[in-house]
Amino acid sequence: MSLKIVVLAKQVPDTRNVGPDAMTPEGTVNRSALPAIFNPEDLNALEQALRLKEQFPGTTVQVLTMGPGRAAEVIREAMYRGADGGYLLTDRAFAGADTLATSYALATAIKHFCPDVDLIIGGRQAIDGDTAQVGPQVAEKLGLNQITYTEEILSLKDGKITVTRHIDGGVETVESPIPCVLTVNGSAAPCRPRNVKLVMKYKRALAPLELAQGTTYEELPYADQYAKKAYLKIGQLTTADVNADLSQCGLAGSPTKVKNVENIVFKAKESKVLTGSDEDVNGLIQELLASHTIG
Amino acid sequence: MANYYSDIKEIKFELENSPLMQRIVELKERDFADKDQYDDAPQDFADAMDSYDQVLEVVGDIVGNIVAPNAEAVDAEGPHCEGGRVRYAEKTYENLDAMRKAGLMGVTMPRRYNGLNMPVTVYTAANEIVSAGDAGFENIWSLQDCIETLYCFGNEEQRQKYIPRVCAGETMSMDLTEPDAGSDLQSVMLKATYDEENDCWRLNGSKRFITNGDSDIHLVLARSEAGTRDGRGLSMFIYDKRDGGVDVRRIENKLGIHGSPTCELVYKNAKCELCGDRKLGLIKYVMSLMNGARLGIAAQSVGLSQAAYNEAIAYARDRKQFGKAIIEFPAVAEMISNIKARLDAGRALLYQTARYVDIYKALEDIARDRKLEPEERQELKKYSRLADAFTPLAKGMNSEYANQNGYDCIQIHGGSGFMLEYACQRIYRDARITSIYEGTTQLQTVAAIRYVTTGLYSQVIEEMLNQEVPTECEAYVARLRVMSEKFNACIALVKEAQEATEDAQAKNDIHDLCARHLYEMAGDIIMSLLLLQNAIKAPELFGKSLQVYVNLAEAEVEKHNSLIVRMTKESIDSYRQA
Repeated sequence: MSLKIVVLAKQVPDTRNVGPDAMTPEGTVNRSALPAIFNPEDLNALEQALRLKEQFPGTTVQVLTMGPGRAAEVIREAMYRGADGGYLLTDRAFAGADTLATSYALATAIKHFCPDVDLIIGGRQAIDGDTAQVGPQVAEKLGLNQITYTEEILSLKDGKITVTRHIDGGVETVESPIPCVLTVNGSAAPCRPRNVKLVMKYKRALAPLELAQGTTYEELPYADQYAKKAYLKIGQLTTADVNADLSQCGLAGSPTKVKNVENIVFKAKESKVLTGSDEDVNGLIQELLASHTIG
Repeated sequence: MANYYSDIKEIKFELENSPLMQRIVELKERDFADKDQYDDAPQDFADAMDSYDQVLEVVGDIVGNIVAPNAEAVDAEGPHCEGGRVRYAEKTYENLDAMRKAGLMGVTMPRRYNGLNMPVTVYTAANEIVSAGDAGFENIWSLQDCIETLYCFGNEEQRQKYIPRVCAGETMSMDLTEPDAGSDLQSVMLKATYDEENDCWRLNGSKRFITNGDSDIHLVLARSEAGTRDGRGLSMFIYDKRDGGVDVRRIENKLGIHGSPTCELVYKNAKCELCGDRKLGLIKYVMSLMNGARLGIAAQSVGLSQAAYNEAIAYARDRKQFGKAIIEFPAVAEMISNIKARLDAGRALLYQTARYVDIYKALEDIARDRKLEPEERQELKKYSRLADAFTPLAKGMNSEYANQNGYDCIQIHGGSGFMLEYACQRIYRDARITSIYEGTTQLQTVAAIRYVTTGLYSQVIEEMLNQEVPTECEAYVARLRVMSEKFNACIALVKEAQEATEDAQAKNDIHDLCARHLYEMAGDIIMSLLLLQNAIKAPELFGKSLQVYVNLAEAEVEKHNSLIVRMTKESIDSYRQA
């Protein structure tokens, strides 16, 4: 059995290493001040896909990412780890998309380039928006089952996938027919490192939008390589390529509107003094249980 | 997100700034013969250099984010011996898994065996990077270079059987030492007998101090010629763990490199294959194996020196006493400057050695396929000699520097450095073995001294002194010329002292007592000159180190000179101990 797997990945600003200039005065993310990285949980998702590829020879793993030209870096990074290739979904009309418009764009693209997809795997959420909505919305738009908080794929046979999910206080094992959508939790296996042979093989791979304005592959250094090796040209899709309904794309397709952003300063609340008596300790435990802080 | 390669600009400089590199790549890539056959093969020189850079970036990333963060836990846990097998520390498996998945095994092997076909120089860089993260793990990982010996001396069937397995991540060991055969490998007694019935060789006996002794593929030195007692009765064998017959009796409890299991092995009629010809085990194959391993220890030492520098400078910037960071006190800053100077000088020597090794090895490899042209034969001879001369220098000097740097690193930490919670104590403990294994510094001196007396080092120094330098560096050349003259005068002095006595024992003793001093003088001057070349190209990286190192080297040369002057027949008696 060979599978067709699409991994959803996003290039995000590295919000884990935030400096003082991380936000603009308008309250939006200052993308130029933060290095762009592969969204961490999307790497967990990629690892799950690559494990299936090892398990089922002939399986293909395609990465789909939406963003500007530089977002193709995510596809290259995935190829360095074992993905077969991918598509950069890019168009001015996609700009300003909220999760609904994003999932519409992604679902439409998948229908276009991989209509017979077996599994769509993405990270649980991206570290810039933290919504965890895109994966589930893609599933809804494609009319597929979804398994969120995936920790491990236990088996895939007879058209059914068995997966453990990370849930509050434990782990849940669920089964679903394929095709379906999985979103993978950060507690799942970390992604493998880049493989140096693949790095050397794919290091020149570029999406058309990454080429300097007006240049073609024929004008690049090692042009003959692009002519000989199709995998060096990373796929690129626009709204027109995927027949997207423009009213559902980008700002036009985004019902979410940011009204305003406030800075919040955490302040210490009033403190409580407890003695070491059993009574006080019991009281605190009861209080914490009642507020579901513990238990 | 630390990257142990791209954060250290000096490594990239060493890779890219030698005129020899172009020749190395040409030879190693056989004029880019693989370019249409393998997707990962370079198209030209620039492409190859770019690939090396990107590969080392992956190494630096894995070391920065996996190997180095695991080092403390690996050091604390160490390996265990269970039922005759080695169980590594838990995190060692994580390190190995990452290196395997990254494809960083069989780095120098040809692509036709699934190797990366990288020059030794690039592998050396990877080695130093891994060592800077965890010198104990570096041992396990870098034993992959034993495959070089199997590639050179094994037959095609053995190459096809074993090399792809190493490239896929199987580990190796070289089983040489025995309880009564340490530095003196001629005394190896492990018995190899031919089993007529099964048409194979069998090993019986034991080995001691075997690094990574439970590896997948062993190269074993054993006595195949019954009744012999010297090196000519020894042959080299390949033992495949899949065949069984070798058990681990115990693991040593060591001062440092805890991650690396040092094993006592018992061979019970273990099936093995002869590698190469009988009787050439020690005199040819182990010498080749040891030369590769010595370059590896030189790289390990440089990695440790880098780690010592990193820890020292970070602590000295952070630690405040008397109202300011201790790095601002000249007494502390001097120690850090000395660490950096020895690091930069030793690294320059390491890469120069690696490049010499690369050229001669690549030519030797070409010679396996076709007859070399006369000028190629000349080139092979030249670089083979230089590699032989530089390898013991790089190993001995760098391992002593790693020790000194580890010592100074602790000193900079003060009382905290003596506590086990800082990394500096691990670096200090790990460094201690480098000047002992794969031949002590004393034995590196024995290997190098003939190049002192034949004048090879003097000749290399003279050539480097005669290179043109910018006006502002002429003062350095003048100082180095004085040092070089002292070195040559000392060589002459030792010869004279030997000639002045009829006593054969005294002749030998004078020679042996002066050898270490002459050896270090050669090292001090050659490293100064290499650092000068670096500083001319990149003053921002090496300018300070050049100044500091030449000051140190000048004082060292003076010291050795003064000692040699006193090593007369009359005084050597005081150096004899009953």
